Amino acid sequence: MAQIFHPSMKVVSRASIILAVIVVLVLGVIGGAMYRSGYTTNVGNPREQIVPFSHEHHVNGLGISCGYCHTSVEKSAFAGIPPTHTCMTCHSQIWNTAPILEPVRESYRTGKPLEWIRVHDLPDFAYFNHSIHVNKGVGCQTCHGRVDKMPLTWSVNTLHMSWCLDCHRAPEKYVRPKSEIYSMTWTPGPDQLAEGKKIVDENHIKTKQLSDCSVCHR
Amino acid sequence: MAYDYRATEGDNVAPLIAPGHDYATITDKIAGNVLDRKTPKGVAITLAISFSLVMVLVVGASYLFYKGVGIWGINNPVGWGIAIVNLVWWIGIGHAGTLISAILLLLHQHWRNAINRFAEAMTLFAVCCAGLFPIFHLGRPWLAFWLAPYPNTMSMWPNFRSPLVWDVFAISTYLLVSFMFWFVGLIPDLASMRDRSKKRWQKVCYGILAMGWRGSARHWHRYEMAYLLLAGLATPLVVSVHSVVSFDFAVGILPGWHATIFPPYFVAGAVFSGFAMVITLMIPVRKLYHLEDFVTDRHLDFMAKVMLATGLIVLYGYAMELFFAFYSGSEYEAYMMMNRMTGPYGWTYVLLILCNGLIPQLLWSKKVRLNTIALFIISIVINVGMWLERFVIVVTSLHRDFLPSSWDMYTPTIWDWSIYAGTLGVFVWLMFVFIRVMPMISIFELKHLLPWKGRIIDTSADAN
Amino acid sequence: MSGKLSIEDIREKLAGRTGEQYWRSLDELADTEEFRSAMQNEFPTDAPVWEDPVSRRRFLHLMGASIALAGLSSCVKQPDEKILPYVKQPEYLIPGKPLTFASAFTMSGFATGVLVTSHMGRPTKIQGNPDHPASLGAADTFSMASILHLYDPDRSQVVRRNGEITTLDKFLAQLSGALDAQKALGGSGLRILTGTVTSPTLAWQIESLLKEYPKAKWHRYEPAGIANEREGSRLAFGEAAQAIYNFEKADVVFSLDADFIAEGPAHLKYAREFSERRRVRGAKANINRLYCAESFPTVTGSVADHRLPVRASRITDFANRLAAVLGVDGAPSSQLSDGEEAWITAVADDLKAHRGASVVIAGAYQPPSVHALVHGINEALGNVGTTVSFVRPAEFDPDPAGSSMTALIEDIAKGQVDLLVIAGGNPVYDAPAELQFADAIEKVGMSVSLNIYNDETANACGWHVPESHYLEAWGDARAFDGTASIVQPLIAPLYNTMSVYELLAEMTLRSGKKGYEIVREYWKDHSMKSAGAADGDFESFWNRSLNDGVVPGTASPAMAARFRGTEVIVAAWKAPDAWKSGSPVRISFPGSEVEVMFRADPTIGDGRFANNGWLQELPKPITKLTWDNAAFVSPSLADSIGVHDEEIVLIEVNGARCLIPALILPGHPPDSITLHLGYGRSHAGRVGNGAGVNIYPLRFSTTASWATASIVRTGQYSKLARTQDHHSMEGRPIVRSATVTEFETDPKFAREMSHVPTKAESLYPGHEYDGYKWGMSIDLNSCTGCNACVIACQSENNIPVAGKDQVLNGREMHWIRIDRYYSGDLDNPDIHSQPVACMHCENAPCEPVCPVSATSHDSEGLNVMVYNRCVGTRYCSNNCPYKVRRFNFLQYSDVEHPTVQMMQNPDVTVRNRGVMEKCTYCVQRISAARIDAKKEDRSIRDGDVVTACQSACPAQAIVFGDLNDPLSEVSKAKSQPRDYGLLAELNTSPRTSYLARLTNPNPALGGAEKGREG
Repeated sequence: MAQIFHPSMKVVSRASIILAVIVVLVLGVIGGAMYRSGYTTNVGNPREQIVPFSHEHHVNGLGISCGYCHTSVEKSAFAGIPPTHTCMTCHSQIWNTAPILEPVRESYRTGKPLEWIRVHDLPDFAYFNHSIHVNKGVGCQTCHGRVDKMPLTWSVNTLHMSWCLDCHRAPEKYVRPKSEIYSMTWTPGPDQLAEGKKIVDENHIKTKQLSDCSVCHR
Repeated sequence: MAYDYRATEGDNVAPLIAPGHDYATITDKIAGNVLDRKTPKGVAITLAISFSLVMVLVVGASYLFYKGVGIWGINNPVGWGIAIVNLVWWIGIGHAGTLISAILLLLHQHWRNAINRFAEAMTLFAVCCAGLFPIFHLGRPWLAFWLAPYPNTMSMWPNFRSPLVWDVFAISTYLLVSFMFWFVGLIPDLASMRDRSKKRWQKVCYGILAMGWRGSARHWHRYEMAYLLLAGLATPLVVSVHSVVSFDFAVGILPGWHATIFPPYFVAGAVFSGFAMVITLMIPVRKLYHLEDFVTDRHLDFMAKVMLATGLIVLYGYAMELFFAFYSGSEYEAYMMMNRMTGPYGWTYVLLILCNGLIPQLLWSKKVRLNTIALFIISIVINVGMWLERFVIVVTSLHRDFLPSSWDMYTPTIWDWSIYAGTLGVFVWLMFVFIRVMPMISIFELKHLLPWKGRIIDTSADAN
Repeated sequence: MSGKLSIEDIREKLAGRTGEQYWRSLDELADTEEFRSAMQNEFPTDAPVWEDPVSRRRFLHLMGASIALAGLSSCVKQPDEKILPYVKQPEYLIPGKPLTFASAFTMSGFATGVLVTSHMGRPTKIQGNPDHPASLGAADTFSMASILHLYDPDRSQVVRRNGEITTLDKFLAQLSGALDAQKALGGSGLRILTGTVTSPTLAWQIESLLKEYPKAKWHRYEPAGIANEREGSRLAFGEAAQAIYNFEKADVVFSLDADFIAEGPAHLKYAREFSERRRVRGAKANINRLYCAESFPTVTGSVADHRLPVRASRITDFANRLAAVLGVDGAPSSQLSDGEEAWITAVADDLKAHRGASVVIAGAYQPPSVHALVHGINEALGNVGTTVSFVRPAEFDPDPAGSSMTALIEDIAKGQVDLLVIAGGNPVYDAPAELQFADAIEKVGMSVSLNIYNDETANACGWHVPESHYLEAWGDARAFDGTASIVQPLIAPLYNTMSVYELLAEMTLRSGKKGYEIVREYWKDHSMKSAGAADGDFESFWNRSLNDGVVPGTASPAMAARFRGTEVIVAAWKAPDAWKSGSPVRISFPGSEVEVMFRADPTIGDGRFANNGWLQELPKPITKLTWDNAAFVSPSLADSIGVHDEEIVLIEVNGARCLIPALILPGHPPDSITLHLGYGRSHAGRVGNGAGVNIYPLRFSTTASWATASIVRTGQYSKLARTQDHHSMEGRPIVRSATVTEFETDPKFAREMSHVPTKAESLYPGHEYDGYKWGMSIDLNSCTGCNACVIACQSENNIPVAGKDQVLNGREMHWIRIDRYYSGDLDNPDIHSQPVACMHCENAPCEPVCPVSATSHDSEGLNVMVYNRCVGTRYCSNNCPYKVRRFNFLQYSDVEHPTVQMMQNPDVTVRNRGVMEKCTYCVQRISAARIDAKKEDRSIRDGDVVTACQSACPAQAIVFGDLNDPLSEVSKAKSQPRDYGLLAELNTSPRTSYLARLTNPNPALGGAEKGREG
């Protein structure tokens, strides 16, 4: 009797089956990639701020240490964003007429705080504490990257849980001597693992405990 | 070569297929039901009703996602309610299909040929309904995918110690295998539908689904092989799936859950309810489409016997629970059992024993087994009974556990029921859509049941 | 709040406009949509916060969205977040680190010292101040829950005139006008109504006001205060005195209807001392003995060794008989039944046997005659000077007779009152019924209500001025023993409000003097020296007072109170003094005539806490009732009149009626009904409105404590939300207790009550705990079931309020609950309380069943719950034998009111719907302590981590610490022979264990055959 389908359907039908499988796989991969991409995590995305503040200029150019502005980084969970007054200590003298600094001066006059965009925005259910990391040998640069090379600040790490765990499961890979905490240029030596192990022991870091849920989640 | 049932058939035994049928009439009858015969009123009405129930499900589910599981009656001691009861119930119902198509096939119980297609479809749709509940009952359903192991940015795995994770695998496997089994079985018939249908679009649709089946010896050979393999694959599932589901309870420490008898007793219960559901559906459908020739009283008789057997196993399960509760010497177990029988939910237990224990005993009598009406009613009673069994296990165990201070009652709300009614709608609707567009009885397998005289020697159809 | 306007914004928009222009522009504004929504938002209609009835359209509209959301929400991009640094950062503040300030909470005038935690300038938690005599480090439910009022969205935020919004300036103008008029009259038309005043500054202000207006009068009213006690002391000694009991020295205590553990200005001190004498270490038990004759099953009664339910009016008889037996000469005669006679004799003998080491104490609801007689009894027992001492009362109370509410109403009736200032208090709601306060107010020329809520009184008064919360305003107050504290604010007023000090400053000085200056001025110029500080160094004195939370050297001087003999008392008893006592009724029983007892509610007090969700949902001690009051009846009375639980009864007193559901309460006196005041508020706010039944209309000044009433069944029913429906232990070893003798013969009795399997019998390998090993021990012998831990936990851990409908369905959210069981005689059962929170099992049944590992074990043995991982299968809760897990069935935590979010503890995740939660052992406090310790390279010291429940507990029944440290308090507690694990027979090996309860019955009262429980 008369054929319903053209012989080519044989190929088409088989191809379509294989294609269907591939499409599903590809979609999955794309989804995963999107989730990890800078689009979602903002990694490497210089954020526009109300004042185009340049870490590069202040850290690299003027050699101001992190602790000068982020005062509570050693004492508190929150590293601290400098109050307007801190900016004005210098900027009442220098660049005190620069239009780009107008918002700072306005905040100083009106008492209305400056509104910065968060660059490193950890999910609210993860309780991160700067002071303990800084005190146990995790340098600023380890997580925040070379801010001294950032005219506008961006994040260099995804802040994904897997990223945190990478260090929490093996801190010796990343810890550095306490003297180097604020150093932007310190780089792990060839024997980092051995050195790290030493620092871990000196600072009594209990690696086993670091992967407890309760360390970050409450 | 399996034993030849045709040889042993004496005249005193009713045939598995009414006399006067040959290949042509069978195909005409079954394919014709779909292609030529206009939809019977009964079917149309059922479709309408069941579809409105589907809409109930849509509303129920939407409100559920919007407000949270708090719209149900569940509370602190009773964390699981009707949702889980339904899950277990639907999965159980599914089992009949797999048992009929897989195990009976391997055991060469050829009478299955008349009902296996139907039962498989039922399995498929029942599992679909069951599959909804694990999602619905989550507090945050949109995170359901966390139960599946997949590469993620949290470097977290699911907890493989949890029976709920086992469920994910059990149920999804079950769904997949059931579907393949059902579909592969359909192919030859889809081909004959394709060839018999007159409208172009029908030809195309069936044609695509038939995947170019031409019934050549090679096709048949491959087909038989695949079908056998799938049967082999499906057989362990009959046992495993409901065992895993029973672990949800058996792994817990609650009196009334923490029992070693659960796996076998759940499987038996599953087949029990499954056959009950097949009968419940088959009897009216048989009437609507005048299929008494193919699904004979003898089929019903067989199924009734299976029900009786599994029913007895279930009854044994109840007895064992009762025995262990007091033999164990644990005050908690003993109290649980007393509370089950005499507590505020005592009536459910009494009803359950009545429905699953006593009434099915009527099936000992052949008269009852061959009385369609009686069988129909009993099968419904059993469906109710099996639902109650799950209710008793889930709710009465939870509502009074260890510390009397936290004891409380559970009362389902309208939203609990809406979901249940909704899935019933989905099930029936899918079932009748299937009946309307697909050959509900396996045409070519039915042909095996033709007595010698009607048969033309056909090697392809008798390859095994 | 985007798009929405706050009152502040409106004020801004209207700033600078005056008179005509002002109102016109207000009208213009009133037309705008946003204004209406703002009004809606600021003054919402009575709809409970948690109930959001979904309109069909909104539902359908959201339906699609929710379905889409269900799929997407897991992979949306985080929205940008802003950081707002300070402009000028305060030196003392380290961003992200909490600060603690001392202040004082006042309840009916008397102060309890508190330490308030502040996160970035937001007060978030209230705890007890160890240096304060009325706190000793503990805190009660009221003080801890008072923080909720600060952030309550229903708080009054604007000045109102006859209900219309107006401005503070307009009010002040009007006020000074009225005052000018009064000046001419010497203030004859000026009346001030306050509650009990202990504040030195306020007293000084009032005095100077009365100087300025000699004819003016100052009235005081407390619906449930210490008036009877004071009157009693006047009867007994001829002058008012404050009795201070020392339960630490008391071997035998007899309470005549006194709930001294849970009520009164000194209850925290008493609870501490009492439980100190119940503390047992080792295998010998030298504990005190408590007899309790009470008219309602109270916390105190529940810990008594011998408890006798007696209807309130008959307590007098017991006092009289006791006095007689003890040989107080001239004691009034009374008749007791033989059983009661035997009982009171045994008590008397026991007391006699412990002369000088016993305490007899009378309850606040007992008439002055009883109080007076009790003073005589204590003197006869030689307790005065050892266990009982007297100091001058802390309150400022000149001319107590002339200051009564009744006097005020009479003056108003005479039309003598032109200007009435009601500073705090809610007389329209809680004044004695026959005074018809609401009608009276209308006869007053200018009536002013200063209150933090726009309540019944505020609505009745011509003017309502929003009052500042005590955490917003400066002030001071005295404790029961006279010790003064500076009430220190932690936050600037959230709204345009004023404090009572500022109001009085306006009235005296006609100047907007700020509270800070007023209070400082008082202490600097008037009181510093009396407080024993040398000249000149005011600043140091002031700073020290603020820092310690107590002003040094302000405790009242002791006074030598001599008992004047019984004549006066007999007289007083024969002719019962007006509204304070109440006529003892003889009732024909069984019959429809019964005695009703009026008491302040155990959780919402006299009604001033009605809009406090925490306290409304707090299960009341013993009754476990929430969100309602009820007519409590004994089982026998219920039988005789055939009333059932939750059946509405009609109760009639002097022609006043109320319909209220009955509740059968074992241990209630058989011949009386108890009604709790404080409910049935009409203008409390969204939380309190409509909850329960208003009892005040039945309460007349002559029968303030009890009255004769008739009760009629209606056959109607009304649901009551109780958190515990089942009251028997079913013979299971849950609360384990024994008598002292049984304990001393078999110290390990508790452990022998169940077989505990060994760890080896577990399927899974155990955990290693090489670091800390946190554990908790709860001493059931000290625990009184006072609920302090429950509120402490709720406040610390951002625990939401679920609402009555949810509690009715067993969905309350408390992480720690107090289980209450009865055993023994139905009419007078033994009452057992047991706090139950997550046990942090080492073989936790919840852990293996969670499909996503949202609940898991950590290396220190905490059973941690990761909310953000939880998908809400509720399997863990099903498998938890203690049922301590709480599930967010709906969106319970308030995410719509910004002020409520200001209150949340930032160190604890706020849980949303669909998530399981439970006690975490205050993991946030552990983490803080661990981080501090690690930074100092030391290990956490014992006592560095104090859980919220532990810190609040007045009885110090809860001990928490490191089990790996053999010297830690908790290790010591767990080494006690009484230590046992709840349901340990299931091999859960709980980290929280209990110390079994001991009772010390009097053999003479058949204490011997009182078998062990559990």
